[in-house]
Amino acid sequence: MGRKLLTEHINVEGIEKLDVYRKHGGYRSVEKALKTMTPDEVVEEVKKSGLRGRGGAGFPTGLKWSFLAKPEGVPRYLVCNADESEPGTFKDRELMSKLPHLLIEGMITGSYALGANTSYIYIRGELLYVLRILEKAIAEAYAAGFLGKNILGSGYDLDLYVHPGGGAYICGEETALLESLEGKRGNPRNKPPFPAVQGLYARPTVVNNVESIAAVPVIVNEGGDEYAKIGVGKSTGTKLFSACGHLNKPGIYEIELGLPVEEFIYSDEYCGGIWKGRDLKAVVAGGSSVPILPKELILKTAAGEDRLMTYESLSDGGFVTGTMLGSGGFIAMDETTNIVRNTWSFSRFYHHESCGQCSPCREGTGWLEKVLHRLVHGHGQMHDIDLLVSVAKQIEGNTICPLGEAAAWPVAAAVRHFRDEFEWHVTHPQEATKPGAIFPGKLVTA
Amino acid sequence: MAKITFDGIEIEVPDGTTIMNAARQIGGAIVPPAMCYYTPLKGSGGKCRACLVKVAAGSAKDPRPMPKLVASCITPVQDGMVVENTINDSVLDVRKGIVEMLLINHPLDCPVCDQAGECDLQNFAFEHGLSTTRYEEERRTFEKIDIGPLIQLHMTRCILCYRCVYTADQIAKGDRIHGVLGRGDAAEIGTYIENIIDNDFSGNVIDVCPVGALTDKTFRFKQRVWFTKPVNAHRDCPKCSGNVVLWYKGNDVLRTTARKDQYGEVKEWICNECRFEKKETSDWTIEGPSHIDRSSVISANHYELPVLNQSVIADLPASTQRELEMNPPLKLG
Repeated sequence: MGRKLLTEHINVEGIEKLDVYRKHGGYRSVEKALKTMTPDEVVEEVKKSGLRGRGGAGFPTGLKWSFLAKPEGVPRYLVCNADESEPGTFKDRELMSKLPHLLIEGMITGSYALGANTSYIYIRGELLYVLRILEKAIAEAYAAGFLGKNILGSGYDLDLYVHPGGGAYICGEETALLESLEGKRGNPRNKPPFPAVQGLYARPTVVNNVESIAAVPVIVNEGGDEYAKIGVGKSTGTKLFSACGHLNKPGIYEIELGLPVEEFIYSDEYCGGIWKGRDLKAVVAGGSSVPILPKELILKTAAGEDRLMTYESLSDGGFVTGTMLGSGGFIAMDETTNIVRNTWSFSRFYHHESCGQCSPCREGTGWLEKVLHRLVHGHGQMHDIDLLVSVAKQIEGNTICPLGEAAAWPVAAAVRHFRDEFEWHVTHPQEATKPGAIFPGKLVTA
Repeated sequence: MAKITFDGIEIEVPDGTTIMNAARQIGGAIVPPAMCYYTPLKGSGGKCRACLVKVAAGSAKDPRPMPKLVASCITPVQDGMVVENTINDSVLDVRKGIVEMLLINHPLDCPVCDQAGECDLQNFAFEHGLSTTRYEEERRTFEKIDIGPLIQLHMTRCILCYRCVYTADQIAKGDRIHGVLGRGDAAEIGTYIENIIDNDFSGNVIDVCPVGALTDKTFRFKQRVWFTKPVNAHRDCPKCSGNVVLWYKGNDVLRTTARKDQYGEVKEWICNECRFEKKETSDWTIEGPSHIDRSSVISANHYELPVLNQSVIADLPASTQRELEMNPPLKLG
């Protein structure tokens, strides 16, 4: 059983209330940081911990913090990205609704480290009930003197606001999030300048995922070096995975990074295997935007080693035989799954969520969806499969923000690993479009 | 000052200049195309991705290449930067892809479009695109919308460059009634419930539009632009500079536009009175025929080589000079 650093007390009754949270060691990091540490020391601890951004890109959080520009007399901001809307990822919702004070504690400690006196939690619009929970918790924190003027007599002031978005996936992209927070249309900005130099209201800003910020209290309490001992190599600490799909026990699991994927899927402690005693067909390991992998490649790398749940191991083999850890949305698909239909479903999402600002993504996502629609409904032709790959390649890397890649990768990967299933849809359209049709052929591996 | 190498040509430009503007100082065929960038409009650029270039070396300090192609219109130069545009095949391939993307939902109704002949998309597709399409699906269409009595919005042709949005925001300052509604390929230029842009400078959105999405209702379907003769003229206008181009057919002024430079960018904004109301020769002082140096059918009858920066050319190796002579930019594409 791995250690649980974030979710140890998640099922304690009343943990969303400040006094219960305090009884279980809550707000210790605020006291420790504000009374005994300088802001730079907090940043140093986070750097030492090796914590990597939990939102998807996996950029080291401490390094990101140290890049923050600090011109004299200019306010800085810490913004928490709680706009979790990737299909398959639902870890932040759980964390915020059950442990609101953990996030607030992380925001206070993090803001102190960055010298921010105003901080924001930008929450997805659909999560209105979580917004209410957070607002209640923030009011409690103000009343207890953890927020507001002169926190714990240290002379440090902080105001914390929760801001709901309008429910657009694109607002999870950090610069679109900042635009939206400023009250504008949520279009991603051109970079540079990066948010660390010109972010919210053109001020230096750090944008972090909920889980990254929630890890800060743990790091401050235990020390960065202690935290770094958990995990493998550059993947340190614990990570929340939201497992869904054809699993016996879907749900949210906090694991120590380095757990073998096979153990995560089949062990009774975690997902408990594939439902109805079926065989695993494919896995999307980090939310819908990362490349899909067939069973043999998700359990073992191309070199035959065990695939581990770490940033490095999951991306071993590049995109030819690997994938990404992403945001931790673990989607398992059993042998009855229609990969073409599933790819179409993902593609439909990205088509719907493209902001329409830059041309490859605006036009390309719609094109991908339409071609996939044709294939799924039995009207596809052989050259459509190559067309998909070609269009995906035209989008990838040529857009303002990563949504272009997020739309292109799943399609390209599905064709790469399951090409014969796409071809089956062309050669046997009547069979393939029947409800519940199962692809009879063998899987292709790269 | 920063020294950069663009397609093998060295040029020194002030710090903070964008790659695009550095290339424009060299001039000629190596200038990346721009569909959304518009120098006079703050914040424009970066959207159409037509101007993507390869940065083979980031700067003298950090000579690593940039991992992705960058939008040359918004990326500032660094000292020692090496940029590849027309000499890099991957850049040209991507550009072909961008043309294809811009055209899949474009109606291609050029035969009935007023913009034909001076359309940036037409030129861009002709120079960089393919003559076939792989798109088989239905194209997106919109109803035509009247933006006031003088301007018509035909959203079906729009490529969402946002130029008109910036113009409405910065030149024809309104109450933010002109913006973008919707998202993805359903996004459209909106004037919030078809509100009239009631402003003396609203007509400039017609000039900045790279395609035929925003057209002058006083000129619609009157004449193909290449059958009209552009003539420079001015008048004493209390609101604007009064420097315009009159487009004649016979003795009639069919339309009035602002003067544009070789990249199709308006030099001086003009007011609606000059644009829509003064359609008599007697309203104007005629200066003489306009000089059109853009690669468009309008200039077909007075064919000229584009202006190249002679001092830059003189420093080039003889082979490159010859190359430029043999392949003048107008013939490229």
